[in-house]
Amino acid sequence: MNVLLRYFRPFWPTALLVILLVLMQSFSQLFLPTLMADIVDKGIAVGDIGFIMRSGVLMLLVAALGVACAVAASYFSARTGTGYGRNLRRAVFARILSFSLQEYDRFGAASLITRTTNDVTQVQMMVMGALRMAAMAPLMMIGSVIMAVSRDVHLSRMILFLVPVLAAAVIALARIGVPLFKAIQEKLDRLNLVLRENLTGIRVIRAFNRDEYESRRFDAANLDLTRTAVLVNRLMAAAMPGMMALINLAAVAAVWFGGRRVAEGTLQVGSLMAFLQYLMQILFSLMMVSMMFVMLPRAMASVNRIRAVLETEPGIADPPEEEAQVPASAERALVEFRNVTFRYPGAEVPVLRDVSFCTRAGEVTAIIGGTGAGKSTLVNLLLRFYDVDSGSILVNGVDIRRLPQEVLRKKIGYVPQQALLFSGSVADNIRCGKEDAGDEEVRRAAEVAQALDFIMAMPRGFDSEVAQGGVNLSGGQKQRLAIARALVRRPEIYIFDDSFSALDFRTDARLRRALREEVSDAVILIVAQRVSTVMDAQRIVVLDAGKVAGIGTHKELLESCPVYREIVYSQLSEEEIV
Amino acid sequence: MREERRDRQQGARVRGGMGGPMRGLALNEKARDARGTFRRLRGYLRPHLGQLALVFVLAVLSASFGILSPKVLGLATTELFTGSRSGAGIDFAYIGKVLLLLSGLYILNALFAFGQQFVMAGVAQRTVYELRREIKEKLSKLPLSYYDSRTHGEVLSRVTNDVDVISSTLQQSVTQLITAAVTIVGTVVMMLTISPLLTLVTLLVLPAASWLTGQIARRSRKYFSGQQKYLGELNGHVEEMLTGHKIVKAYGREEHSLRQFDAINAELYSTAWKAQFVSGLIMPVMNLLNNIGFIVICAAGGVLVFRGRMAIGDLQAMIQYSRRYTQPITQTASIANIIQSALAAAERVFEVLDEEEEPADKPAARVLTAPRGNVRIEGVRFGYKEGELVYEDLNIEVRQGQTVAIVGPTGAGKTTLVNLLMRFYDVQAGSIKVDGVDIRDLPRRNLRSIFGMVLQDTWLFKGTIRDNIAYGRLDASEAEIVRAAEAAHADRFIRTLPQGYDTVLNEEASNISQGQKQLLTIARAILADPAILILDEATSNVDTRTEILIQQAMEKLMQGRTSFVIAHRLSTIRNADLILVMNEGRIVEQGTHAELLAKKGFYADLYTSQFAASRQPEAG
Repeated sequence: MNVLLRYFRPFWPTALLVILLVLMQSFSQLFLPTLMADIVDKGIAVGDIGFIMRSGVLMLLVAALGVACAVAASYFSARTGTGYGRNLRRAVFARILSFSLQEYDRFGAASLITRTTNDVTQVQMMVMGALRMAAMAPLMMIGSVIMAVSRDVHLSRMILFLVPVLAAAVIALARIGVPLFKAIQEKLDRLNLVLRENLTGIRVIRAFNRDEYESRRFDAANLDLTRTAVLVNRLMAAAMPGMMALINLAAVAAVWFGGRRVAEGTLQVGSLMAFLQYLMQILFSLMMVSMMFVMLPRAMASVNRIRAVLETEPGIADPPEEEAQVPASAERALVEFRNVTFRYPGAEVPVLRDVSFCTRAGEVTAIIGGTGAGKSTLVNLLLRFYDVDSGSILVNGVDIRRLPQEVLRKKIGYVPQQALLFSGSVADNIRCGKEDAGDEEVRRAAEVAQALDFIMAMPRGFDSEVAQGGVNLSGGQKQRLAIARALVRRPEIYIFDDSFSALDFRTDARLRRALREEVSDAVILIVAQRVSTVMDAQRIVVLDAGKVAGIGTHKELLESCPVYREIVYSQLSEEEIV
Repeated sequence: MREERRDRQQGARVRGGMGGPMRGLALNEKARDARGTFRRLRGYLRPHLGQLALVFVLAVLSASFGILSPKVLGLATTELFTGSRSGAGIDFAYIGKVLLLLSGLYILNALFAFGQQFVMAGVAQRTVYELRREIKEKLSKLPLSYYDSRTHGEVLSRVTNDVDVISSTLQQSVTQLITAAVTIVGTVVMMLTISPLLTLVTLLVLPAASWLTGQIARRSRKYFSGQQKYLGELNGHVEEMLTGHKIVKAYGREEHSLRQFDAINAELYSTAWKAQFVSGLIMPVMNLLNNIGFIVICAAGGVLVFRGRMAIGDLQAMIQYSRRYTQPITQTASIANIIQSALAAAERVFEVLDEEEEPADKPAARVLTAPRGNVRIEGVRFGYKEGELVYEDLNIEVRQGQTVAIVGPTGAGKTTLVNLLMRFYDVQAGSIKVDGVDIRDLPRRNLRSIFGMVLQDTWLFKGTIRDNIAYGRLDASEAEIVRAAEAAHADRFIRTLPQGYDTVLNEEASNISQGQKQLLTIARAILADPAILILDEATSNVDTRTEILIQQAMEKLMQGRTSFVIAHRLSTIRNADLILVMNEGRIVEQGTHAELLAKKGFYADLYTSQFAASRQPEAG
């Protein structure tokens, strides 16, 4: 709770104001039955019509004051709740942005999205609910007790008996109800899961003739959900009327015992009527408070999920200012992996073991190897999405852990395996690489990336909109835009992580030719599966199960590296190899 | 008593989060054909007509007993008042009787309310069960084109969210509506019997109440839909930035992304607080109107009681009644909204149920029991969209055991042939014959048991690895499963997992690698032992060394089987008996590798461009 409270700090003044307003509203509400009792006991009984009228006007004023307070409370609580929600949402999102891939993987994208949106909304609702109702209920309850006692101390003793009974009923209900509600949610999730699998796997299901099996699976989940839902709803059907009956019977008891007091002359009828109203007020407030406690676990779940994000420190931090080194951009960039070993958290075996190689500007170094050989991990380490376990990665002679992340990443143009684009125009997406790039730079980058043709064929050229996730573009087009985005940056280091796989052979070839002409003064790192993509690199690093199996040119490796030879023979024919 | 309804409503609001009355304020969607949808939805309730009648009777009874109770309580109060003031004293025997009657009323009220909810729970849940079942049944009859033209979220939302809205509306709103109607009428009648004059005074508040709540509801709806819109935008932005997390980091876009976030967040705040504030006004405003009624009754009633024109207990009853009837009125407004959105949801569900189904299997369908795998495609014409043909006149003859390779750039429409062979889509002209039988003359089950398929997007479900492999053949023994896994070279990695074959794959199967997933789908196909294989770039995600082993296994598997292979890799297709070259959604060439090279057409171009690239001696 601590972290979340910290973000609430600026809202304390308005929150206190709301509570004050609610307090005044409660007073006005509590005052009305007393005034009514006075009308009965001092007006009607005595026959003082003037008093009745005066009391009426007074009641109107009190009610008006109550409403004014309620409106003001509603205004300030809305401002407080949504304002807090806004700040909290920002804090969560900003924290997530600062996460390295390690923290990011731990939570998962879907979960992080829910935490930023739904969970914050939940908390926001809770804050508003708490300000308006949770503050009101105890105030009304305490106030009602005081007022009831002031009417008749003797009769008020029945409150001592009623409150625990009602509280016990509510608690019992929560004990049974909460797990059942949880069960419903789980069963609903299960139904969703089955259905989603049916949608994504429709071709496989039909191909394997498993329609009926899947229908049975769905029906089982459906039936299970229905049974629980019927049970829960029937239980709830008993809850509300039962509670109401309990409260109403309490009123009956109050009239009976109160009647005795009236007969004794110790209580006036108007006071008994007021007492009844206070009694109702107490019991309803109690029910509201208990409801809050029932609701609390749900909101608390959201609170905890947000807390988990806010309390997670990014695993990769910039070096302290005095230790940070900012190397003067070297004439010729230089990237060196020195005995790098890395293991994903929780993994048994390291994904990279003792990897060393060196590449400098003007050179193309290709990384090749099977799935799980550690190719993408190697790239992630260079970008410092993760930190190495041992060994070091040096850029222009400086360990990247000594560089501010911004400085490091400014040097790199990264093209990921899956071309990720953002919604916005084509030009916006390319400018993502360099925010202040001029039109000519953008155009040039697109041209080199072999994207110019299809961009110009789009209805509005560079201003054409890219839909979220780039769904209106083909895989190859997305990849070319992602490449243009890296090119416009004119970085010292290029990383192509299997970036040519979505391209057809022709475009692939043209693109690599254009790249060679355009980029002559940078380090180029290409991760690839296709031999044809890497065979003309100056240096090929062959990874096998996380270890370097060989480093050399295509020709050298063919002779010296059996792993490489195997890869080559599986992909190329005799005449292509030479 | 006077706080009863209000608190009940607040309780509902707490329970439902944004649901409950908030939902009534927030949503404003309408069904296009409300009447037709309503009639159809009624059809689903018909089997429960008896129970619904019971619910109606119970609701009326429960509400009636509820309405009577203040009047009865008033009798006790009157006796106390008059008894204590006259010398005769209070008749406690009478009061006892009255209170007993009152207790009876309260208990009956509760019992009937319980009974009504209890019965309705069964009706509502069984109805939505039936709806869900029908949707699922429908989904399994819909053609693939339905799935291909919609996002999963869209379909999912209809089965879950929309059905959920219907369910909660049936469960609560319908009975609430009955109760509210009975309560309003009953209360007014009771009030009239007590004092027509005071009733008139109280009713004067009514138009003001409905006008005010109407105004507030209208405003708050506007703000709520604004809030919904910005929440959606914010969601979209967060989703986009988080899926693109790597790029955001690599390109140092954190600041930029946060700026965008702040802009949307600020907009969200400015509508959200207004939505909350305005909707929060309903309560105090209704309260004020209630209190005015209360005060007028207290003062005017006080005078009447003093003049002896009204009993004190009746005054008390009037106060309670005046509290009671305004609440159902505000409630009705929000229930009407909820029912409207439920109808809109029902309409979306019915839309699914009305989709056109796949043509049924022919009644006198033939069954191939021992398929050999000869495939003949004759004069096939097909296109996904009107006027855009993928195949104009496709003719292919494939004999048992032969391999057909389909090549071409991405997005060239290579999966179309798979769609046709499996009858995911039907040809528009011409025919596809397996062993001389038109596939439209075969039952789909029979046709699909002839084919084995390994698609590029590996589909696995949440369950154990064993179950996922056994998906290929339900009755497979443990030994057969292991053999299939071995043949697909999956056995070794499976055994390195902590739980081996019992390892449960999670939802996205992200606990194993892409290559491993591929291996499992291959094992699944191997286990199914089909006559014809369809391999859709099946091995492109498997690491190169394992791929060699898989290819060996595949070759063994392909022996005696007809195979259709979609591949990027030219080396894998060189040995094909027939190559189909596709470009921009159409077959541009077909023939063997040698024939196509000699033709010096698109294929030759494709082939040599790759060749030329790999021959390039020097890199810049």
